[in-house]
Amino acid sequence: MITISGLRKTYHARRRAVVAVDGVDLTVQRGEIFGVLGRSGAGKSTLLRCVNLLERPDAGSVVVDGVELTALSGRRLRDARRRIGMVHQHFALLSSRTVAGNVALPLELAGTPRASRARRVEELLDLVGLGDRAGAYPAQLSGGQKQRVGIARALAAEPTVLLSDEATSALDPETTRSILDLLLDLNRRLGLTVLLITHEMDVLKRICHSAAVMRDGRFTESGAVAELLRTPGSELAGGLFPLPAAPQPREGEALLDVTVSGAAADEPLLADLARRFDAGVRLLDGGVETLAATRAGRLRLAVPGTGAEAAAFLRERGALVTEVTR
Amino acid sequence: MTGTEVAELLWEGLQETAWMVGVATLLTAVGGLLTGVLLVLTDRGGLLAARPVNLLLGLVVNVGRSLPFIILLVAVIPFTRAVVGTTIGTTAAIVPLTIGAVPFYARIVETAIREVPRDVVAAAVAMGASRRQIVGKVLLREARPGLVAGLTITVIALVGYSAMAGVVGGGGLGDLAVRYGYQRFETEVMVATVAVLVVLVQLIQMLGDIVVRRLSHR
Repeated sequence: MITISGLRKTYHARRRAVVAVDGVDLTVQRGEIFGVLGRSGAGKSTLLRCVNLLERPDAGSVVVDGVELTALSGRRLRDARRRIGMVHQHFALLSSRTVAGNVALPLELAGTPRASRARRVEELLDLVGLGDRAGAYPAQLSGGQKQRVGIARALAAEPTVLLSDEATSALDPETTRSILDLLLDLNRRLGLTVLLITHEMDVLKRICHSAAVMRDGRFTESGAVAELLRTPGSELAGGLFPLPAAPQPREGEALLDVTVSGAAADEPLLADLARRFDAGVRLLDGGVETLAATRAGRLRLAVPGTGAEAAAFLRERGALVTEVTR
Repeated sequence: MTGTEVAELLWEGLQETAWMVGVATLLTAVGGLLTGVLLVLTDRGGLLAARPVNLLLGLVVNVGRSLPFIILLVAVIPFTRAVVGTTIGTTAAIVPLTIGAVPFYARIVETAIREVPRDVVAAAVAMGASRRQIVGKVLLREARPGLVAGLTITVIALVGYSAMAGVVGGGGLGDLAVRYGYQRFETEVMVATVAVLVVLVQLIQMLGDIVVRRLSHR
């Protein structure tokens, strides 16, 4: 749905060149929520702004829904942008327009007749749960409500793709959850493809099917969340499932970090392990989480002996096992 | 001078002031908006970025703003003759009034438009808005409270400028105060004129404030 290849963007500030995006390749499948994680200054915002050409990249191409945006300009670029919705960190609502007026804006710009505009606005406000606030002005709304208006507006022109620029970064944790749930719900109900950038691991955890980590203008890792969890040494997997520093094992024990995801997470893995090895398998730490795409668990176990046998047994059952070295 | 005579003079002066300031305000609103919008659009990073145009326009505006009005009034006499066919009278005074006020209002318009947050403009671009749509539906619309507040200031400045219109036979309240009150020592006329001016300015400010309050939803 979105294909980015070889994207590069450099800023020139006072004779100093700052490379914001340094050769990024990215594919977002239809109906997928793709999250790009990075600290501020990593270049993720520039990357996102290059997708709808708010910034024109220096090199590389952006193809959205079969249209190469980087080859367009003028009227044809404006038409293509209407097919891409965007949600902004600080909402970017027009203070002089009511909620309904804000949501109607993209339709107005596209020349939709007044009557069908009103119908669509009503529909959208119901969709985001703000049916009763149509006549309010943005200044009268809470942050979460403002972002709901922002989402309704982004969806007004029935885009195939939604870009989210830190949509929840200005919101409190509870509101963040409700906005993320709304995005996930829209993704499921409308088949909406979402590309989002964030600095919060929690956002990836909650709704993303695929993810990438961006640092200094490049992706350091990327892929489906389920795959990343199975990748040894993955920074994302570590971030999604942090484990504390290894406690000292007892004499004659070995420590194993076990990650299970997908089908393996539903198996009675621990019971099988205990039966098979009889002697005490100790659970030191762990957690099971439901991620957007997959259920996954991560455990730290102390097993008798060298641990090699237990590791082999677990691997056979589809788990990712790392032996913790002392 | 009897009270009736003073009242008649005041009424006549008020009408002249209203005509001069009213027409000049309309022309200034149009000219100032156009110039102010151009100043923003042609600036670096603007929607029509053109540095040389921006610098030139800024220079013209600054020159217009540095001329004392009394000098401008005389300096534009040839231009006034070309435009309205005469250089004296109330209508002739409208030309220098407008020329004096446009640069003033243009800077206010520029400042008001710059107050519109960048991400709101970016959002409009992302929605596929054309330049014309961005100017009309976003920049001017969002800046409306500031534009009206600025116009109020400009109208009151025009009332002040119009006091000097007597130099070219423009008449008006200010001229009345100068000729009768100052030059002929008819203190009552001067006091009455000043009182009318104070009330006029109060009314303009009140009206402006009401409109701004109705437009502002921040």
